[in-house]
Amino acid sequence: MKLVLEGRPQPSRAAVWFAPLLATAATLVVGFVVFKAFGKDPLAAFDAFFIQPVATRYGIAELLLKATPLMLIATGVAIGYRANVWNIGAEGQLTLGAIAGGGVALAVGDAEWPSALLLTVMFAAGALAGMLWAAIPAWLRTRFNANEILTSLMLVYVATLLLSWLVHGPWRDPEGYNFPQSRLFTDSALLPNLVAETRLNAGLLIALAIVAIAWVFVRRHIVGFEMRVAGLAPAAANYAGIAAKRNVWLGMLAGGACAGIAGVGEAAGPIGQLLPSMSPGYGFAAIIVAFVGRLHPLGIVFASILMSLLYLGGESAQMNLALPSAVTGLFQGTLLFFLLAADVFVNFRVRVVQPAAAT
Amino acid sequence: MDTFAQLVLLSLAAGTPLVFAALGELVVEKSGVLNLGVEGMMLVGAIASFIVAAHTQSPWLGVGAGALAAAALSTIFAVIALTLRANQVATGLALSLFGVGLSAFIGRDYSSVVIGGITPVAIPGLSDIPVLGRLLFGHNPLVYVSLALFAGVQWFLYRTRAGLVLRAVGESPQSAHAIGYPVIAIRYAAVVFGGACAGLGGAYLAVAYTPSWVEGMTAGRGWIALALVVFATWKPSRVIVGAYLFGSVTLAQFQAQAAGVAVPSQLLAMLPYVATIVVLAIISRDATTIRLNAPASLGKPYHPE
Repeated sequence: MKLVLEGRPQPSRAAVWFAPLLATAATLVVGFVVFKAFGKDPLAAFDAFFIQPVATRYGIAELLLKATPLMLIATGVAIGYRANVWNIGAEGQLTLGAIAGGGVALAVGDAEWPSALLLTVMFAAGALAGMLWAAIPAWLRTRFNANEILTSLMLVYVATLLLSWLVHGPWRDPEGYNFPQSRLFTDSALLPNLVAETRLNAGLLIALAIVAIAWVFVRRHIVGFEMRVAGLAPAAANYAGIAAKRNVWLGMLAGGACAGIAGVGEAAGPIGQLLPSMSPGYGFAAIIVAFVGRLHPLGIVFASILMSLLYLGGESAQMNLALPSAVTGLFQGTLLFFLLAADVFVNFRVRVVQPAAAT
Repeated sequence: MDTFAQLVLLSLAAGTPLVFAALGELVVEKSGVLNLGVEGMMLVGAIASFIVAAHTQSPWLGVGAGALAAAALSTIFAVIALTLRANQVATGLALSLFGVGLSAFIGRDYSSVVIGGITPVAIPGLSDIPVLGRLLFGHNPLVYVSLALFAGVQWFLYRTRAGLVLRAVGESPQSAHAIGYPVIAIRYAAVVFGGACAGLGGAYLAVAYTPSWVEGMTAGRGWIALALVVFATWKPSRVIVGAYLFGSVTLAQFQAQAAGVAVPSQLLAMLPYVATIVVLAIISRDATTIRLNAPASLGKPYHPE
């Protein structure tokens, strides 16, 4: 008797939405084991990791605050993933966006610009910078056939070094006691607060608006449709004349723009200046969010909240359980693994096969 | 002449982690599997080797542990990508992310631990030969191990029947299956071997090159190794050349500072990554070359029916 994978004639829609739930449950089980292995009472650890962080008004605000860049970036890269354009460098595009937006804020400095104008220019600069950074892998793929996964990833390291140089050197705060940081942004360069006594800012509204726009684009616009087809059936798409190169550009630039905007959101939001690290790996976590959210805007919103909870849980675990905050990265990777494993049910059925009886 | 010897020594030392990781990935890709998780496996190999070396006071035991740990990690990839037939690109990315998180998690208490690493051993008499002595015998022992690995991989792939079968699996798994070879099992073996090699690369970094543990200490070398395999058009000899070339590029930062060039260190540190991009673009532009040299079934899940 053995288990055999049998292909389904059609992908199972139920499995498409069931798999993320299954993966989440499996990740929680792993969390259970990890907590136990560290000698923590699993239930208390669960409480500290998943419940405590969102038990207060401030906690929920933090949850949404962290979910904002995640859903923004995931939406952008998902547009590309649908067309098999793998933008893995969102972290670098976020960094460039922060540099550009932050650069505008620093250049304007104390000059009295109206906040709405200043923020608009900052976000525009950030989106453009992110698109520029994503345009490099796009160009390399369309012109040189170079794998965009590797090129966009290499650019993440370049972007991080660029930011490091800027905050250590030309943009360092002269009154900052030689710490690698830029000057603090003026109040007009910061996003307006949404909920008093929390850090939740208007970036959430920007993110939700972009998620909605992206959804309309993919579902209703002919180009969005063509990109989905190109991902599902490249040969057919080619035959129908759907431009593969245009899809590469669109896929990469969408991700770059969204990541750039997220970068400005971080600089003009919770951070308020430029630091050597502008993100705890949002660019990479957003890739997981995109997958867990099934590349669908609604799924992405839910998945970004889940991922945000993992971030908060890691911080809480560090404070309350003396577990390293790196446990977040562990859970994130585990979640993606389980999702990919659970995905087998989308295209395959598991059957128990009895060996033929001996005659 | 002595600075030349010094440069060669440093370039080889810097390129060795790439040799380990890229050779392992080359074997994996030759069997038709694309494993993007090299960075994660290298980091897990690094932290595992460091921890074992710290606790047993034996860096060589650490090296073995690093290889084993990374090989174990690669089996997760193998199960999901080969048995469950998930998308290999996504699974490899997941492996990298998981490996980064796992290594940071396990290694949190080890960033200030000091160990005795593996250092170049002077062979009395031979090492003292001017120029050649240092060039040939002044390397870290693991550098010689990496060269032996290269010889072994080259011999295995092109001189043994098993290597021929592996290459056949990579070119046409359906044909190999029709002849009766166990395609999935062969790919499993290749993936585990690739994992062990990546682990050796990471272990070299943590136990020999800079005996220490820093979170994320591979700094993208796993990804560069992936690019290296493409750059070498899947030929082991070119992997060696490419790895040492990259090794010399990573040295540019220190050489420029020593020469008093006034370029900020961060900008110089960008060189290896920029070089990887440039090299990848140059080699990929000829789609025909890639198509001719890349294993035909690379990255495609294999369905036994």
